[in-house]
Amino acid sequence: MAPDRNNDLSDAVLATAPPSTWSALRNRIQRLTLVDVALGSLRVLVLAVVIAGTIGTLIKTRYGADQWVDFVLFGVTIGSIYAQVALGYTMVYGVLRLINFAHGDIMMTGAFGGYFVASAADRSGLLASNPVLALALTLLAAIATSTTIALLVERIAYRPFRHVRGFAPMICAIGVSFFLQQTFRGAFGSSVKSYPDLHWEVPKVLIFGFTIPKIDLLVIGCAIISMTVLYLIVNKTRMGTAIRAVSEDAEAAALMGIDVNKVVVFTFFLGGAMAGIAGVFYAFVFKQVYFFIGFTPGIKAFGAAVLGGIGSVPGAMLGGFVLGIFESVGPSLFFDGIGIPAPYQLRDLIAFTLLIMILIFRPNGLLGERLAKQRA
Amino acid sequence: MSHPDPAVATVLHDSELHAESPSIWRHAVRVGAIFGAVAIYLAIIGLLVMLHGRFIIVDVLSLGQACLVAIALGAGIMGAPARGKASTATRLLTGTLAAAVAGAMLAALVVLMVSVDLRWMFIALSPALLTLLTFGLPVLPGILTLIVIASALGAIGVLLSGTPPLIRRAIIAGASAVVIAGVFQELIQIMLQATETIDAIRELFYNWDGLEWTGALAIFIIFAAISLLWAQIIPRIAPAIGPAAIRRRRAFGMLAMLVALIIFPLLAGSYIGQVLMLVGLYILMGMGLNLEVGLAGLLDLGFVAFFAVGAYTTALLTADNPHALAALSFWEAMPIAVMLSIMVGVLFGLPVLGVRGDYLAVATMGLGEIVRVIVSSDFAAPLLGGAQGVLQIPRPSIAGHALADPVQLFYLTLTAAMIAAYIAWRLENSRLGRAWMALRDDEDVAQALGINLVRVKLLAYGLGAAFAGLSGSIFATMLGSVYPSSFQLVISINVLALIIVGGMGSLPGVIVGAAALIGLPELLREFGEYRYLMYGAALIIMMRIRPEGLWPSPTRRRELHSDDELVEQTS
Repeated sequence: MAPDRNNDLSDAVLATAPPSTWSALRNRIQRLTLVDVALGSLRVLVLAVVIAGTIGTLIKTRYGADQWVDFVLFGVTIGSIYAQVALGYTMVYGVLRLINFAHGDIMMTGAFGGYFVASAADRSGLLASNPVLALALTLLAAIATSTTIALLVERIAYRPFRHVRGFAPMICAIGVSFFLQQTFRGAFGSSVKSYPDLHWEVPKVLIFGFTIPKIDLLVIGCAIISMTVLYLIVNKTRMGTAIRAVSEDAEAAALMGIDVNKVVVFTFFLGGAMAGIAGVFYAFVFKQVYFFIGFTPGIKAFGAAVLGGIGSVPGAMLGGFVLGIFESVGPSLFFDGIGIPAPYQLRDLIAFTLLIMILIFRPNGLLGERLAKQRA
Repeated sequence: MSHPDPAVATVLHDSELHAESPSIWRHAVRVGAIFGAVAIYLAIIGLLVMLHGRFIIVDVLSLGQACLVAIALGAGIMGAPARGKASTATRLLTGTLAAAVAGAMLAALVVLMVSVDLRWMFIALSPALLTLLTFGLPVLPGILTLIVIASALGAIGVLLSGTPPLIRRAIIAGASAVVIAGVFQELIQIMLQATETIDAIRELFYNWDGLEWTGALAIFIIFAAISLLWAQIIPRIAPAIGPAAIRRRRAFGMLAMLVALIIFPLLAGSYIGQVLMLVGLYILMGMGLNLEVGLAGLLDLGFVAFFAVGAYTTALLTADNPHALAALSFWEAMPIAVMLSIMVGVLFGLPVLGVRGDYLAVATMGLGEIVRVIVSSDFAAPLLGGAQGVLQIPRPSIAGHALADPVQLFYLTLTAAMIAAYIAWRLENSRLGRAWMALRDDEDVAQALGINLVRVKLLAYGLGAAFAGLSGSIFATMLGSVYPSSFQLVISINVLALIIVGGMGSLPGVIVGAAALIGLPELLREFGEYRYLMYGAALIIMMRIRPEGLWPSPTRRRELHSDDELVEQTS
């Protein structure tokens, strides 16, 4: 509720409204605190930037239709990666009420695992002669790496804190994040390794008059397949039912004979597998891998999970796509219009602002209700 | 690394030590496998080879070898059943078995390295590592020696754990003294060279490359003897100690430490002055974050933003640079920087007032990242200098004399830290401090007790930011330039790690944590790239083994160990 609008309203209402409404409003204004004013102005500020920027950019018509299509398409591509990472956050949060701070780094481990297979396949010529097999092997290696590490992390760092309240689990998760990054830095070096190229003969296709990079289609397609599989596992299998039961109420689920430990391990396995796939495609899109690539996308994907409503599987998917599109379209749409130079440098600003606005104003997200209310 | 792996504790906890013999052997194999895995891990990430580069005793023992020795000893000690649970012979055998398993795993790594080329993946599996693990021998005799030495060390470990506490303590004291004297030989030698007479002592123990084995032996004997004598003396004077004497002794100890801090950098030179100064800056930040996290329970990962505000304000107000807004002196700019930090702290706290727990950590981290993105962007470059930063910040001067030397700047930091520590100490015991602690323990109850949450929280952010702003202000003048890359998220994590390691909510803990996490890696320069690994490991290990920190605050120790005390009282 923007306070200044409230003020205008009160003046207008003053003359006409019956005294009861008037006093109610007056009451409300009197109860407005400094905090309400600050939060209100924050909203107004962000909205003003967004609206002014959008209008400015649209008036300038600096970008053509195919550029906007490019932006949106890239947003959907990167969003599908965020969505897969966000799924890991949301499911682990569902069963453990823990923010797996290291989840982004688990994605990085997947990218590394895939890198060694992909580069070996590239050198042996397999990637050129049989790309489907090479890609499958890459993904398999990535999933194997990321799930192994996710399960190890769960066993060593998270399980002892299963019933600990307060900071300890979160701080431990931050420690795990650093530990994983530095382990990979130590073992594989700190240099940026370039991911092998996929050797398309024609890297782009023409759909509806727009040229679209094939890699985008591949990433989006694989993401949709993997997320569908995950959705089916969560909703149609016994194990999936158990996961949902534990998210609902872990104690009651345990009383019903569900092995909570097994459910938690399986959740980490699923989250790790999705992160591994996401890691490979993230590295294919940006064509590089090094020990720090997981951290920032991890935080953003957490934002996507909260945006969709933490604990909700469809919410995480939705949140990922929304965040990806915002982040990709945002710099040109919001910042170009108000004359900010080099808007691309502020790309992360959009994701982080979105993250904070959601944490502040709508911690229960777009689709989730129950979980967020419990903690807020 | 001498830290036992966190997994070991779990395994020990999980397995049943009391069960009969088959499980004793299984336990030994399991512990051996865990220690072996730790050793392999250290080898793969390259830490072993790096540690091998630093001698403890010249040409006799390197830090890397000492690390392997510690792993074998540890496997022996942890692998054997507790004393009294099994006969000495069984304990010896199980301990040997555990260490042999660990040794065999390293041997397997050696065989793998020789037969398959893994270096294109694991860059640390170098010939240097091979030489370290096989003692420079050919592969087969090398790995046999490795396993035999590991087994022997395992047995020695069991024997050591069986010695009476007095002797064990003496051995540990002697060994630690040798390690310290060897690892920090460069530093100690520089200090001993100050005068001719002490320099003669130096030549007894050291040669130009480091500690000689005769010197190491002498140091071991001296410190073991001191430890034994100490144990004889303490009980005799102990009865005389009452509360007043303890207080007097503590005051005396603090005074002695202060005097040592003032004299030490003068002897040790400008490099140590710089290290101590950096430690001082982190102590300042640690005390600030301690107000937020330790007292008020607000987990803030965007803390580096306040540090950046302090640094940039000082830079822009004092620098001899086109970006500068004014040409003030450091002494005029510093209070402004602190005030501005407080304002930014309050502004920073306002939007996240209603966000709790883990969400608060992520939200504050996002705020901190936003500050960093803006500072390094071209958008803010006309004001803040962008990625090129702000250069040519003058050093502070007193009566026309510029504090150019790191040691002099250290005294400035020390003064600032002492003033800040006094303020933090008074705050902790004030009405506001108690309100913060109530807030930390239960926000809803605190509110119900009439604590104004908004005021108290904003004060926590503002005052915490003041400390960081002061630190940033000194940091800017120390470096003479500020760049956005100096204000990464990792600084926030550093500060968080140091208060966790020291003990949340504990002032002496901040000092201990900063010394351990900032000072130590600075002194062991070549391990600089492993310091973040150390932070990560420290966070996990501290949370698992000693969540109250190395020097906990009394309240926190009580909270976390109330169960133990109850047990002690009843038994």
